Amino acid sequence: MPVRARDLAHLSDEALVALVSRSDESALAELYDRIGGTAYGLAYRVLRDEALAEDAVQEAFLGLWRSAGSFVPERAKASTWILTLVHRRAVDVVRREQRRRTEPLEAAPEPAEGSAEEAAWLRLDRERVQAALAQLPDQQREAIELAYYGGYTQSELADRLGQPIGTIKSRMFAGLARLRELLDDERERTSWTSTT
Amino acid sequence: MDLHDLTAGYALDALDDDERARYEEHLASCESCREELQGFWEVSAALGRAAGGPMPPPSLRARILEQARSERPNVVPLRRRVATPVLATAAAVAAVVAVALGVWSLGVSNDLDDANDALAVLSDPNARVQTTADGEANLVVTPTGDAALVVRMLAPAPNGKDYEIWVFEDGVPKPAGLFEGPGVAMLSRRVAPGQTVAVTLEPDGGLDAPTGDAIFTASL
Repeated sequence: MPVRARDLAHLSDEALVALVSRSDESALAELYDRIGGTAYGLAYRVLRDEALAEDAVQEAFLGLWRSAGSFVPERAKASTWILTLVHRRAVDVVRREQRRRTEPLEAAPEPAEGSAEEAAWLRLDRERVQAALAQLPDQQREAIELAYYGGYTQSELADRLGQPIGTIKSRMFAGLARLRELLDDERERTSWTSTT
Repeated sequence: MDLHDLTAGYALDALDDDERARYEEHLASCESCREELQGFWEVSAALGRAAGGPMPPPSLRARILEQARSERPNVVPLRRRVATPVLATAAAVAAVVAVALGVWSLGVSNDLDDANDALAVLSDPNARVQTTADGEANLVVTPTGDAALVVRMLAPAPNGKDYEIWVFEDGVPKPAGLFEGPGVAMLSRRVAPGQTVAVTLEPDGGLDAPTGDAIFTASL
């Protein structure tokens, strides 16, 4: 007998994935309630289309439903896995549809309000990442934003920016490595606020 | 081309299909790339959390749950089911991502060739996925018959025992590989349409004919 959704509130995302792997629908619902909004926001940012963004989120959560047993929580965060699936799907669709996205460097649209607590956490998270992005050299930030939010391949970026592909690869690598440092530092400084 | 320097592009989903397939194959045998990728993936997920964007319509939640319910592992033994390409692709992508994240053990004796072969099967967009009757394992078979068994829930084989995979050829079970617990096992025999694959528990090293009860069966 599946437990009610509210009984799952105290479980970690990773514990929920373990329940999902045993075909527990209420655990899938709880994970959706936690991550679905972020997942949709990401898909929408890449796809700029409501129906396609819904499709990307649906495919990602169904991928989770079918494959949750493969997830081992010590190695990665469940939300990272889910967002990776959403992003992969969104990028594949944006390329297939040739839906070349307006200008991906424009500011992120303001998210609609979820619960106050969730909204506060998401806003903190977003500010933290945006602050880290702002510290990157312009060219690295541009390569990362066009690739991740715009769905461009490195070859397309090389054409678009008029640079050799090797240069694009180096900018992506240097930018991601720097972001990782910045976010790690930040996490250490604020770890006392973390609840996970 | 040096596949190592595709790691950042892979983490950002900035590779084309061809580069992505080659990189995923490379990942199976490159521990340092897997490690680097895990770190980069946390960064790209942070970018994802920072994406902003509107909230989804309330109907999306219901639709996902309804679809999940309709895919509940079926309980009719040996029921034949043709996976749609979309379903196969979503499951295979999730599996490849899980392997790449290092969250999925490769079940077969850490054999790198087997690991590469299994990844190639899982990432084949034309592969068909057949779920076993109890829903605890997936048989993934490419159009050429190369097959991998993805085992989700299974107690590790007791000491002195192995799980053995069988492919029924003309109704006769032929040994097709050994594994010890959950993970991905590459079959050593090809699987043709209409053939049945089964798993039994056998003495260490396996036998030429099954003696144990079938733990999983799946028919293509």
